[in-house]
Amino acid sequence: MNMDDKRIKTEKIYTAVTWLIIFLGWYLITKFDIVSSTLVPSPYKVWMTFLRILSSGYNKISIWAHLGASFERLFTALILAVITAIPIGLLSGYFKKIKAVVDSIVEFYRPLPPLAYYTLLVLWMGIENTSKITLLFLAGFAPIYIACVSAVNNIKQDYILSAKSLGADQRQIFFQIVLPACLPEIFTGIRTAVGVAYTTLVAAEMVAATSGIGWMVLDASNFLKSDVIFVGILIMGATGILIDMGLRFIEKKLVFWKGYV
Amino acid sequence: MKEVLIDIKGLCFEYGIKNNLIGALEDINLKIEQGEFVCLLGPSGCGKTTLLKIMAGYLQPTRGECKMKGETISGPDWHRGVVFQAPSLYPWMNLNRNVEFGPRMRGLPEDEINRIRNHFIEEVRLSGFGMKSIFELSGGMKQRAELARVLANYPEVVLMDEPFGALDALTRLDMQALVRRIWQKNSTTIFMITHDIDEALSLGTRVLVMSDRPGKIVKEFCTDFTNTIFQTNPRHPKYSDNYFKIKDEILDLIHSQDED
Ligand SMILES: Nc1ncnc2c1ncn2[C@@H]1O[C@H](COP(=O)(O)OP(=O)(O)OP(=O)(O)O)[C@@H](O)[C@H]1O
Ligand SMILES: [Mg+2]
Repeated sequence: MNMDDKRIKTEKIYTAVTWLIIFLGWYLITKFDIVSSTLVPSPYKVWMTFLRILSSGYNKISIWAHLGASFERLFTALILAVITAIPIGLLSGYFKKIKAVVDSIVEFYRPLPPLAYYTLLVLWMGIENTSKITLLFLAGFAPIYIACVSAVNNIKQDYILSAKSLGADQRQIFFQIVLPACLPEIFTGIRTAVGVAYTTLVAAEMVAATSGIGWMVLDASNFLKSDVIFVGILIMGATGILIDMGLRFIEKKLVFWKGYV
Repeated sequence: MKEVLIDIKGLCFEYGIKNNLIGALEDINLKIEQGEFVCLLGPSGCGKTTLLKIMAGYLQPTRGECKMKGETISGPDWHRGVVFQAPSLYPWMNLNRNVEFGPRMRGLPEDEINRIRNHFIEEVRLSGFGMKSIFELSGGMKQRAELARVLANYPEVVLMDEPFGALDALTRLDMQALVRRIWQKNSTTIFMITHDIDEALSLGTRVLVMSDRPGKIVKEFCTDFTNTIFQTNPRHPKYSDNYFKIKDEILDLIHSQDED
């Protein structure tokens, strides 16, 4: 325990120092005008822009509305992905016939760059939320599905055999044994899905949207407002980390036994 | 004569497919009667686990038959409890939930479930640990919990695959005494695989010795040391000449296997 605490502490110091150096480098570059300030704004300017956007928004839309628009797309798509990919993935792992059907489809679209089929989705569903949510759903579905299939295949056979010998039927084995035994891998899949969906979201908003954090960055780049681009990128990075922290917190509560098997 | 629970006739088992068959068991004949404690010894890889899996219903024999009370065993069910080589308690459930798993799955009423669970947790001396997670238990406690979980179904036969193989010598003696006590008290029928000759002799009423692969039962010893030598004080047993004679004979049997 003590050793662990100490190790975590040194790791935290390393992280803090890394970021300190990055900020220092940034500060020095702008301080001595090594690069034009139109391309790299000073930390101070970015901070002021951040405060301005925070109080009065961007393009007359508050920053919360931009974030809200992005998150609405992100979370609707992710919730849909979770509630469909988990059962389909587990069933695919369980029944080879279902796997034969779903696997080939997922394997086909998964390596495609999302923006390639996004253009099609926009043609079919319009520029509004539906096409974006569908795109994010597809992006998030694959990692969760794949994690579920692999989780079922990796499940300790003794768990299932012992449950059978203790009198559990197929249904009970699925809900009491297979589902919980797969949870650790499912969570890894969900976290990957959130990451993939988040990057896809920003890309999608940059292609076609009128609000959202990705759109804000794109719009700013059209007017060469590099300070706004910086603020946008920092907000995206920070919210990405926050979402992952939230997920890890839930994971710790739900899969408290992870690492002890 | 007591009722025959398990009846195995001319049983053969082969792993693999067509051109790549590995014979694991050959012509096994075995009857296990109610109340017996049968121990199976044999060199590593000779097919002991395979035989147990067939009896549990996880595998189907290639030839021959394996019956329980006259009916062919076609799959696992709760009348035959299985204790695995490695503990297979469910880490997402606490100790209580693990022990009561069988009765709960079988849909017994709640108060019955509680009664059975408390009884067997006490029986394996784990009272007070009910709410603990599995990873908070020691290796010996896990094996005792595993035993309680199997017993909670009141199975007619308990099949155990080297249940104490991973435990230290002292804990193993405690566990043997525990199993002996439970077996005598409940007149359970037990089939146990072990690689420890002393364990087999100190527990079994019948000790079977298996040959190297493909496994055959080469010799059978009827013993009663569990009711005599080990009855009064299992920690300081007074071994008899007969005990050492049988032990030497088994050692010779197993070593002669190695030499071929
Ligand atoms: N699933 C399998 N497929 C192919 N061969 C197998 C399989 N399981 C076991 N075997 C082979 O069958 C033989 C018997 O295996 P088994 O597990 O029954 O041995 P064992 O007597 O229990 O050994 P140990 O004492 O080491 O546990 C071994 O030679 C093993 O290689
Ligand atoms: Mg074995």
